Amino acid sequence: MKKELNSATKSIIATLLGLLAGAILMISIGSNPFEGFSYLFKGGLMNIERIGNSIATATTLILTGLSVAFAFKTGLFNIGVSGQMIIGGLCATIIGLKVDMARPLLLFVMLLVAILGGAIWGIIPGLLKAKFNVHEVVSTIMMNWIALWVTYYTVQTFLKDVQETQSADLQIYAQLKVPWLTELFNGSSINLGIFIALLAVIFVKIILDKTTLGFELKAVGFNKEAARCNGIAVNRNVILSMMIAGALAGLAGLTFYTGFAKNIQIGILPSQGFDGIAVALLGVTSPFGVLIASLFFGVLHTGKGFMSAMTDIPPQIADTIIAIIIYFTATSLLIQRVWTKILRKRDNKKTEEGGKN
Amino acid sequence: MWDIIKLVFPYAIAYTIPLMITSLGGLFSERGGIVNIGLEGLMVSGFFASAVTIISLQAIIPDLSIWIGLLAGMIAGVLFSLLHAFASISLNANQVISGTAINMIAAALTVYLARTLTGSGNITIQSGLPRFDIPLLSKIPVIGPLLFANTYASTWLVLAILFISWVVLYKTSFGLRLRACGEHPYAAASAGINVYKMRYIAVMISGAFSGLGGAVILVTYSGEFNGSVAGLGFLALAALIFGQWKPFGVLGATFFFGTAVTIANISQVIPELGFIPPLVLKIFPYVITLLALIVFSKSSQAPKAEGESFDLGRN
Repeated sequence: MKKELNSATKSIIATLLGLLAGAILMISIGSNPFEGFSYLFKGGLMNIERIGNSIATATTLILTGLSVAFAFKTGLFNIGVSGQMIIGGLCATIIGLKVDMARPLLLFVMLLVAILGGAIWGIIPGLLKAKFNVHEVVSTIMMNWIALWVTYYTVQTFLKDVQETQSADLQIYAQLKVPWLTELFNGSSINLGIFIALLAVIFVKIILDKTTLGFELKAVGFNKEAARCNGIAVNRNVILSMMIAGALAGLAGLTFYTGFAKNIQIGILPSQGFDGIAVALLGVTSPFGVLIASLFFGVLHTGKGFMSAMTDIPPQIADTIIAIIIYFTATSLLIQRVWTKILRKRDNKKTEEGGKN
Repeated sequence: MWDIIKLVFPYAIAYTIPLMITSLGGLFSERGGIVNIGLEGLMVSGFFASAVTIISLQAIIPDLSIWIGLLAGMIAGVLFSLLHAFASISLNANQVISGTAINMIAAALTVYLARTLTGSGNITIQSGLPRFDIPLLSKIPVIGPLLFANTYASTWLVLAILFISWVVLYKTSFGLRLRACGEHPYAAASAGINVYKMRYIAVMISGAFSGLGGAVILVTYSGEFNGSVAGLGFLALAALIFGQWKPFGVLGATFFFGTAVTIANISQVIPELGFIPPLVLKIFPYVITLLALIVFSKSSQAPKAEGESFDLGRN
């Protein structure tokens, strides 16, 4: 038996503990956890349409998760995914509503501006960190609020339709939904975004593992001073890391506001930004880990509505379970300690038995 | 002009007080060496616990129920903060991750429980704290109507806590020890201070104060639990840096934020402010914070060992 649990095992244990806590919460309000979980997973997986919706929900989470994970590799904590995401979505929506172009070109321009918008929103905290040593956690939170209000007034002034609280709907040709995919999944919200997300997974994997840039970014994350001593431009890498993280978040905004939805609700920050933190941590900041964690959370989020319709359990159980999983991921040392203790007990038993023989 | 000031001031103070007490909570935690990004979640837990307590007691003991509610908010904050303390002190977990988990757990769990209790997820209390004029003092010209008229008792409670906190931090051996744990924990340990214990106390104080902050929101300007404190906990964190980790710095920074946000919120009803685009007013506090962080970053007074885990067996 191995002494050190590997990180994937720790993630699985953290997930099981989170589900266990969810079960306890269901029992505490007098519901049957077996029934609750069965509806929760049925709601996310029971037919092809629901599977499509789970994938569509996961699409955005993959990209927000990659954003957090990427910055984390450089030792940066990107809490600003929500803001970067909404700005990316806003830029794409402006193009989608205001520019008249052939569909392939239009979608391509929307993709570019989403990347650009997110990257600009990410690069600002990067610059503040590199030049003035402003902690990125606080600056990205401030950038979130600024993004929220910028979107609020831009939508209200330029993009409003009949509804006061949202932008006008995008025309079908300006959405990421395509008929063949929608029909394949019986009318679900799945859209071209999933291909963008999968490409992003591969892109991040290659950057981190196969390029000099990736090596430098990780070196800065491991040990800033050592990286500096070895001639790596720490500041440049910090700025680049936040820029790429922002671009990924901008893409998340594209897939959410022009793929999953077709308009922007104003006055709220998208919760996917914070779920991205959860996805990144559960996926141990590896691109494929993020992919798997996103699909899992996608199922939970899609199934929660069905579960709450069929039982007395409020849908927030899914968010609670996700949050508790994060707590257990953060405290994985505890899991390791318990594991070591179990091993030691086994060893003691063995030596005792050995003594008898 | 005087009319505008008279109009804005009570709102600004009402908004400032929960922000101030939460920021002060963050101050204790960070002075002890533990970054507490979970202030937002701790506020939500206090917000929720006070709402539940008050609606269950309001019919029996209307006046007293509010004060018991404030106490319940503090207790909930302490209990929640123990999760953060355990992770970051006993298990050397990444403090930012643990704090984020606290925020997410509090936001989801309280609404989960609230929906089970009320169906809608909102909990409305019948009445909050009454406003009152302080005799004599409220008659002083200019500052009387601004500071001493139409005040909440909770405002004075929080100001008293702020003053006591300053005394505790700078005039007692406990305060000196706490600060030592945030600056040089290993030196503190070699001087016989139990760093683990001091840090637990620091985080629990931050829980109590943030919980109180959430409860104060309920009994003053909100009157209803709705699952969110709208980013006040994060603003408190920014105010802590703006105030350079000092109690009276926090007082100034939170009052600045309180005023700026209040002006932005009520600008629509003040014709004199009509010439400023609403977007500028709305983002003003956040942009100023970013600028202030740039200015202060050179001379930062941050506790030196902030965010670093402490492990006696390390060397």
